[in-house]
Amino acid sequence: MLSRVANHIYWLARYLERAENTARLIQVNTHLLLDLPRDVTLGWEPIVDMLSFRETFYEHYDTADEKSVIKFVVTDQLNPGSIINCLANAKENARIIREIIPSEAWELINNLYATAKDDTQSVLTRRHRFECLDKIVAGNQTITGLMGGTMNRDVGYSFLRLGRHLERADMTTRIIDVRSASLLPDVSGNISAFENIQWMSVLKSLTAYQMYRQEMRLRISRADILEFLLKRDIFPRSICHSIKQLGKCAGELPKSHVLKEKVKEVSKALANLDTKDLKQDKLHAVIDDIQAALIKIHNVINETYF
Amino acid sequence: MAIRWGNYSPTPFYDELIRVRNKPRDAARDLCEYLKHLSDSEINEFKTASTTAIQVMGITFTVYSEEEGSIDRAWPFDIIPRIIPKHEWDQIEQGLKQRVKALNMFINDLYNEQNVLKDKVLPESILEHSKNYLPECQGIKPPHGIWAHICGSDLVRDENGTVYVLEDNLRVPSGVSYMLENRHVMKRVFPDMFDKYNILPVDDYPSQLYDMLSQMSPRTIHQPEIVVLTPGIYNSAYFEHAYLAQQMGAELVVGSDLEVDDDDIVYMRTVEGLARVDVIYRRIDDAFLDPEAFKEDSMLGVPGLMRAWKAGNVALVNAPGAGVADDKVVYAFVPDLIRYYLDEEPLIPNVPTYKCVNKEERDYVIENIEKMVVKPANESGGYGMLIGPHSTKAERQKFIRLIRRDPRNYVAQPMLLLSTAPTLIDTKVEPRHLDLRPFILSGKQTNVTMGGLTRVAMRKGSTVVNSSQGGGSKDTWIVDMEDK
Repeated sequence: MLSRVANHIYWLARYLERAENTARLIQVNTHLLLDLPRDVTLGWEPIVDMLSFRETFYEHYDTADEKSVIKFVVTDQLNPGSIINCLANAKENARIIREIIPSEAWELINNLYATAKDDTQSVLTRRHRFECLDKIVAGNQTITGLMGGTMNRDVGYSFLRLGRHLERADMTTRIIDVRSASLLPDVSGNISAFENIQWMSVLKSLTAYQMYRQEMRLRISRADILEFLLKRDIFPRSICHSIKQLGKCAGELPKSHVLKEKVKEVSKALANLDTKDLKQDKLHAVIDDIQAALIKIHNVINETYF
Repeated sequence: MAIRWGNYSPTPFYDELIRVRNKPRDAARDLCEYLKHLSDSEINEFKTASTTAIQVMGITFTVYSEEEGSIDRAWPFDIIPRIIPKHEWDQIEQGLKQRVKALNMFINDLYNEQNVLKDKVLPESILEHSKNYLPECQGIKPPHGIWAHICGSDLVRDENGTVYVLEDNLRVPSGVSYMLENRHVMKRVFPDMFDKYNILPVDDYPSQLYDMLSQMSPRTIHQPEIVVLTPGIYNSAYFEHAYLAQQMGAELVVGSDLEVDDDDIVYMRTVEGLARVDVIYRRIDDAFLDPEAFKEDSMLGVPGLMRAWKAGNVALVNAPGAGVADDKVVYAFVPDLIRYYLDEEPLIPNVPTYKCVNKEERDYVIENIEKMVVKPANESGGYGMLIGPHSTKAERQKFIRLIRRDPRNYVAQPMLLLSTAPTLIDTKVEPRHLDLRPFILSGKQTNVTMGGLTRVAMRKGSTVVNSSQGGGSKDTWIVDMEDK
């Protein structure tokens, strides 16, 4: 496989996954907002921080209110990480490698971008937001399913999964981080009804609620949820699962010695993590570490193959 | 009822489907009958279905405009097909094979013995001023003596129904992917008609192309490495490059994916390291192919490619220098070339062509310029042309100056009354002018596409069919009427 093509496949997967997870991230926050008592004011600014776009945001907006942040994160052409730009980049990458991916996948990607572009204005009102963001999530799920069901299991497919799982791991850490950032006062000592609701919304935004219940057979609890989302391979959006998949992909690729090493390091760190022990500050630090490790893995992929 | 054939009058032109008012040609009878019974809303439904299919399939071409830069546009597609009976097509196919065979013999001769000049069939001055003649190619004998492996010849029909070759495209002819995709669109939106007619399929083109490309491999190995070399996503035909690579399962590469080492072998950069390339179906013009040999500042090409080709280590399709034969002045000599190389009469005539390089012909052209179509020798895409009857006085004056300054560079043809076919304009049918571009593949055997790409001038009265200038397309049906 051409290096350039592998690079495009990898980024195609990353942009699609990023669009989906950004949509999920906004869903968590919107859900939280509806469930919380009126006197707890929920900020939107942390969303901007979480996506690491603080500077760009304040170049174009004065205040981080709901409308501005949603606009910035979903529809703004000036934000390189906005959902619409992710989908546009996904489409451009797909267009360049359209002879590699199944033509039906190209049609879906092309279409997902076109519908999202038509839809994005309605995302500003809460009433239409769920539907609009759900379409983006469902769109990527469909594309993923189609590629899984029709693509040869060759190195191209390995690069696709490599991009997808690296991005998914990164974005899942960011979604968990919604809870540990300055969104809400630290209430971890006292499991209130609201705290339950908040964690439930995190699970739901990752389509993890049912799977959590089936696997953990427990009431909602912070430590168990963190255990489930960080350490359980059984759930396909958990950090552990994504990292394991990275290891598998590395095993399918040539010249992957260094890559395998790096993946192993993160796996080990995850395995040694005690989720009972994770207070807010520490959780945030752990998430920072995982994100830093993922960046390193990306750099190795970049140097080895592209 | 929306389509009233009684209101459709093709005169004074030859119409592909309608003989005279209310009288369809034999092959078009069932189609016209079917269309007659469609309601406005059904017609709109079909049009929407075809537009959606085109959008979803991402069939686009890129146009350049100064205001907007490069933009992707869906190519206008008309759902009423053009129909040609198979017995008529068989004649055309023979004529195209004859023509391309002679053209390949001509190019091979020109770069080797040059008998055609010695025997004074082609004046030497034509060659001296040819922009597409590459001295670098002298003495090269590519496999099977083939230089123009893929040829797209444009056919037109005049008011009497005679088919002419308007020009041959021997460099990087494009459009075949639209021919293939148009058929897919028609099958999606018009499945009923495929029961009524025995429509000959077009979709084996990619396999034939693949077979021809493999035959050109310098290494006799089971699966030679074949790549399609594209200038990149901003090229107007990029959709086609990607499409053909996909259909053949070949790698689509840009110049920077390839390198030529000191061993004069072409390699591509892969995730596993360097891999040898055997055949390059290049969709880049000669001048940009190799910055070592031609334009030094070409970012699209591969340094050393010509070295590798001359050493016989890689096949280039079409071969560099093949464009010498699609010069519009050389075109005027093609009937003579067919007689010279094959000792046969041309089966498909040329459009009568005045060569401005000859004084008498030049004077005639200048005197009658308002009746002529004047073409520069080496432009494509309909650029730099003068269409006399539609021109202003200032434009005609400008062309007279251009012809006088560089007569070798211009030919002129009488304004042909191009044939028409019924085309849907809103929900009514109106005649629109069209041409036909079949594609001819030359390898160990020669294959002609079943029909080709029909291009339609969508503007009323216009004869400019190029996609870059407001043209559209139709599906082309070669129908076998024998078993009816």
